[in-house]
Amino acid sequence: MSGIISARAWGKVWAYRSTFLLGLLNTVETAIFAILLALVLGVIFGLMATSGKKILQVISRVYVEIMQNTPILLQLCFFYYALAFSGHSIGILPTGIVALGVYTGAYMAEVVRAGIEAVPKGQFEAAMSQGFTYVERMYYIILPQSIKIILPPMVNQIVNLIKNTSCLYIIGGADLISLTYSFVTGENTGGAYAPAYLVSGLLFFIICYPLSKTASVWEIHLKKRDQRVLFQRTEGTVTDNE
Amino acid sequence: MSNLEASFSILGQKGVMAYILKGTVFTLIIALIAVVLGIVIGSILALCRNYCTSKKMKIFGILATVYIEVFRNTPLLLWIFICLVFCPCPELFNRKLFGLTTVETKLLFKAAVALILFTSSVIAEIIRGGLNSIAHGQFEAGHAQGFNVVQVMIYIILPQAYRNVIPTLLSQVITTIKDSSYLANVATIELMARTKQLLSAASRYNGTGNVNVSDVFVLFGVAALIYFIINYTLSCVVRSMQKRRKRPVRVTTD
Repeated sequence: MSGIISARAWGKVWAYRSTFLLGLLNTVETAIFAILLALVLGVIFGLMATSGKKILQVISRVYVEIMQNTPILLQLCFFYYALAFSGHSIGILPTGIVALGVYTGAYMAEVVRAGIEAVPKGQFEAAMSQGFTYVERMYYIILPQSIKIILPPMVNQIVNLIKNTSCLYIIGGADLISLTYSFVTGENTGGAYAPAYLVSGLLFFIICYPLSKTASVWEIHLKKRDQRVLFQRTEGTVTDNE
Repeated sequence: MSNLEASFSILGQKGVMAYILKGTVFTLIIALIAVVLGIVIGSILALCRNYCTSKKMKIFGILATVYIEVFRNTPLLLWIFICLVFCPCPELFNRKLFGLTTVETKLLFKAAVALILFTSSVIAEIIRGGLNSIAHGQFEAGHAQGFNVVQVMIYIILPQAYRNVIPTLLSQVITTIKDSSYLANVATIELMARTKQLLSAASRYNGTGNVNVSDVFVLFGVAALIYFIINYTLSCVVRSMQKRRKRPVRVTTD
């Protein structure tokens, strides 16, 4: 732990600051594209799960179960080596984006499904009786009601995705964690363990903490509002009975 | 298709299946230890964060909050790397154990410490959720019965809190089993690491002299199947538990 106050070690980290910035850039870039992919997949499979059509529900279920019950690291390795050994390698960052996006997409699908299922059935029927098409129904009636339930857990999944970019290390990626590790073990740069880990941990924290804090504050706010509504309702029934 | 047959023949080789299964056992043991110790550490953290609000105890509350937030917002792999360098290894693990070499045991210990620290921060938040779900009247009732703070916690609050979060804790077991695959990054001996090692040695086993795509499919397929069977079983248990709980509670009043 002595390295944490050593000026030499900190100087080394400062001299190689571009390495950390590059890693941060790669991590953020991977995360952003993976998030977009995960959102698209999540919405598609979430809608499939709530469509009421048996075959679509089964497809969505199988996707979600397979993705949620195997580690992301295994999926990433599988995907990467399968491409590499068949001679179709698409590069490490794109591989990471697809693997992370598909993995998180399963979690997003569950979040979307739960959000849609939380909307009372009467809303669907009311919308249908008004002659809305499927898209209109979802867009005007269901989505605005479920978005509040969906967003907090979705932000949590985004935080998980950002943290999971570290799994690129196993296929030799250039994300923040991998570059930090090659920095501390490198021949010319080695040794500055404490400052390097502190910097990279701090960078992750700066990105993830505001997101997860927002999500939890939001969640508490929603819960309180629900309780208030419930309270008013029960109060209402009491007065009715009287 | 002969490549595929060659790949399947890897599994038939002497010792390969045993090698994989031993990795599975290590995965399960590591995850179990991480969750059990995580529950112990997590409970302490959750109690500190929630109830250390008086002036004298405030520092513990702040420390617990900082610990939880720091570990929750940084990746596990970072903590594995940090523990490899900074975690001291006691004499007990500085030797040959469980049929592993000294270096492997040390690595396993240090990486497991990282997993435990990481998991305990997540479990702390789960338990805190359980604590928050308990009605305030329970505390008052406990105090009214003459229990002191510690007794109220142990006899009244914690048992209810644990009961409420059992499904969430079980799904955390699934997450921990999956997270333990991160240990493969530092060449420990759990399932994921062993699968990777087998793949890199596949050219020797499959008889064709080089690694083929089918090897990737077969080896990772087996590992994925093992993970899937374990985790899917657990998630089915979680789901049936949640379903049972959702049923409305009948309150009988005479």
